[in-house]
Amino acid sequence: MAIEDDVLVIGGGIAGATAALSAADEGADVRLVTHKESTLRNASGLIDVLGYLPSDDADGASEGPLVDPFAAIPDLPETHPYRTVGVEAVREALAFFDGIVGDAYLGAHTDDNALVPTHGGSIKPTARYPRSSAAGLASDRRDALLVGFETLPTFEGPLAAAHLEAAGVPFQARGVTLSFPGIVRDDAKVTRYAHLLDRDETVSTATGAETGAREALAAAVEAHLEGEKRVGFPAVLGDEGPDEVRAALEAHLGVDVFEVPMGPPSLPGLRLEDRLYAALETAGVEVRSGVPVVDYERDDGRIDRVVVDRNGAEIPHRADQYVLATGGLVGKGVESNRERVIEPIFDCHVPHATDRYDWFSEDAFGEHPFARFGVVPDGELRPRDGSGNAEFQNLRAAGAVLGGYDYAAEKSGAGVSIATGYVAGRHAAARATDARLATNDEVTPQ
Amino acid sequence: MSDADRPIDERGIDAGDETELERAGDVETAGPDDDFDPVQVFPESEDMDLRPGADDCYKCSTCDTSCPVAEVDDEFPGPKFQGPEQWRLKRQEDHDIDETVMKCSNCMRCDGACPSDVPLSQMHNTARGEYVQKGMSKLSVEYWRNRTLANYRRLAPLAAMFPRTSNFVMGLGPVRWLGEKLFGITSEREFPEFATETFRAWWAKRGGAETSRQRAKEARAERGEDGAEKRIAYFHGCYANYNTPEVAKALVRVYEHFGYEVMVPEQRCSGTPMFANGMLEDARRAAETNVDELATAIEEGADVVASCSSCSMSLRQEYPELFDLEGVDDVAANTWDAVEYLQVHEDLTGELEGASVEGVAGMEDFAYHAPCHARNQGLAGQTREVLAPIDGVEVHDVGDSCSGISGTYGWKEEHYDTSMKIGEEMFEHMEAADAEAGLTECPTCSMQMGHGTGYEITHTLEVLEAALVGAGSDGGGARPDR
Repeated sequence: MAIEDDVLVIGGGIAGATAALSAADEGADVRLVTHKESTLRNASGLIDVLGYLPSDDADGASEGPLVDPFAAIPDLPETHPYRTVGVEAVREALAFFDGIVGDAYLGAHTDDNALVPTHGGSIKPTARYPRSSAAGLASDRRDALLVGFETLPTFEGPLAAAHLEAAGVPFQARGVTLSFPGIVRDDAKVTRYAHLLDRDETVSTATGAETGAREALAAAVEAHLEGEKRVGFPAVLGDEGPDEVRAALEAHLGVDVFEVPMGPPSLPGLRLEDRLYAALETAGVEVRSGVPVVDYERDDGRIDRVVVDRNGAEIPHRADQYVLATGGLVGKGVESNRERVIEPIFDCHVPHATDRYDWFSEDAFGEHPFARFGVVPDGELRPRDGSGNAEFQNLRAAGAVLGGYDYAAEKSGAGVSIATGYVAGRHAAARATDARLATNDEVTPQ
Repeated sequence: MSDADRPIDERGIDAGDETELERAGDVETAGPDDDFDPVQVFPESEDMDLRPGADDCYKCSTCDTSCPVAEVDDEFPGPKFQGPEQWRLKRQEDHDIDETVMKCSNCMRCDGACPSDVPLSQMHNTARGEYVQKGMSKLSVEYWRNRTLANYRRLAPLAAMFPRTSNFVMGLGPVRWLGEKLFGITSEREFPEFATETFRAWWAKRGGAETSRQRAKEARAERGEDGAEKRIAYFHGCYANYNTPEVAKALVRVYEHFGYEVMVPEQRCSGTPMFANGMLEDARRAAETNVDELATAIEEGADVVASCSSCSMSLRQEYPELFDLEGVDDVAANTWDAVEYLQVHEDLTGELEGASVEGVAGMEDFAYHAPCHARNQGLAGQTREVLAPIDGVEVHDVGDSCSGISGTYGWKEEHYDTSMKIGEEMFEHMEAADAEAGLTECPTCSMQMGHGTGYEITHTLEVLEAALVGAGSDGGGARPDR
């Protein structure tokens, strides 16, 4: 027997989770299968909608940073996923996201982008940001101390501070590098830092005294404060209880504390993953990870069932509607070999040049065609075949598996995933409900 | 782009036209239409080539954030180092396996986390095997302690012969103290009790396969099923045989209820504790027997099911990764978790609709923990979903924390504290859940859950037995045994 649901979502990233939540919110029975655990821990945890407009010229210069991402959406090329779903759907989707994450995220009070300093000392325009980064915004005029740690080389306080000043922020930034109390090893994992602070483990300080990790960290920083009213740390301030950790540091230091989003693996990404997966559980979505979809059966223009692999055993899953949210080239939702570019599960059409030397630009930071590789959706986000018809009546795509946008250059990754996931989930639920009503009608007359 | 600009690998090599490299044996001859064939940079490893796995690692460190040991102990360099990085270092001849590999608990979470399919646990298993082979003295207490823990099944028959004496002696304070001082086995834990009758003894007394065939036939007639016989081969593992035969009996009764004839082939330890202790030769010997017996059962039309998630993990993943045995892939592809098998092959939900365990003591509310080895097989969430239709039982999932015991790991004096630190989150979530009892599929997770909370721990199959067959007279079992 196949395992049966109304909607089956394939992929456990932000697009897949949003699609599943959106469909469940409409009353559908939803299951989400993901090959591996969510890779949201590779994400910054920031929710970008649109930071830069792609350029039409060959030199690749883009326009931005944009003040209002929503106002800029109509200027995007027609093939962009935002144009497919429309600006109103983008707004609805963000409101849906706001409802899921509650007060853990800020930024909904305005259409304008917030400017968040990153670990490299650059400024990222983003629509929503974690509460833990709120005191760090670049538009805030208060001077800031950036604290890095000797054992965490991916954030260099003095360097980030110098970059921020070079970028012209309206405040003075200063950086220091300290040793993190309680960390022994040079390459301790970010989860180790977070665990020490979450549990407030007892650590030895430089003076040999034994104290809680939070207090020891605050004491180490205190000596370096020179009147700054806010202190930024790399984003390792707790995993389970970041608000509590931050509050303890703020109470000790008497200034605001903020986190600077980091590269992968990222705790803000992990915390977002936890929020989304908790919401999936509350919504009654069945989630299974570790199970790749390896095959499918077609029935008259529809996907009848997909086959999921569990260490060699093949498990059939059947749903009325399917959502493909497997990611792009990095997530392996789009793959390439030496001949062509493919969507590996359903072999949906992915347009690309026949000569693979035309897939990229000679200029490393130029406009790379590969960045826009992906399936081409119709108005309901169904992937289209080479002649423009829906590949399957009951398959929709969301997130980076869609082509037509360059999320890295535009800073639109999370926004496109949320918008298309939301719309794909809504459509899938509506069709599944239609199908259920139709079946009931057939039964009623008897 | 002109051909002159293209990298050399694409120009194609005329078939039969050997190059210098090929004559040296370093590359194979590739015709113009053949798949790209990379030049060998590293010398071939003798038994298995892990290079493709090492190459697939793009250093995102996702595995490191999923590692429960690295989170509580920063002296452990994490799965990325233990796997691909150490593998590369090993290409240098003067480099030995780092001793920290023994801090890895073999929970295998890194496998489930890696977005690039790097076979991390396979790398850890081979590294650990090599470390024990070359780096650990065969005269050390640690070696013999590990070997004893890994080969618990060898001692179990003795204890099972005199279960009451064994339980008494092992429970004595001075014995546990000596165990720690002389042998490095923590005195903090109580040894699991041996059952007064092993599952296999019960099975034989009950009439073995013949009785099961008969009962399955009757059940099929009662269910109105005609046609094909249904048959499974049960891999019970050591723990369900010697310590918790009630779990094994529950499996037999549930499967017979659905009309399956149960076969109980000869079997040895699945090998899980041996992998975790780097005793690969011991594991291989056990695997030879298991694969041989189970492959025969599969030929006779049975699928293999296991009630322990580490046993099924071992048969499905570690065997094919580590041992080149005849039939090993066949066994892996036809092995199932016992509940998963019913979910896919029977209308389990339909059958459980309206079933009830109301009135069965201790079955009201469970704090459920999904073992890491079940999680890695895509089974997290299955128990909650399957038991949901049953009246009278509530399953509260305590989340994705690791129990921390990881088989023999938490039994070692030097790992006990780490094991309990890892388990802390699970204990807290269990205590916060609206339940006074625990539920899981893994025997050692179950020990840790009981150790940390004092709860009684039940196996999912026991709940299914109570719902489908009813709680009976023979000690929590179902039908009176003929």
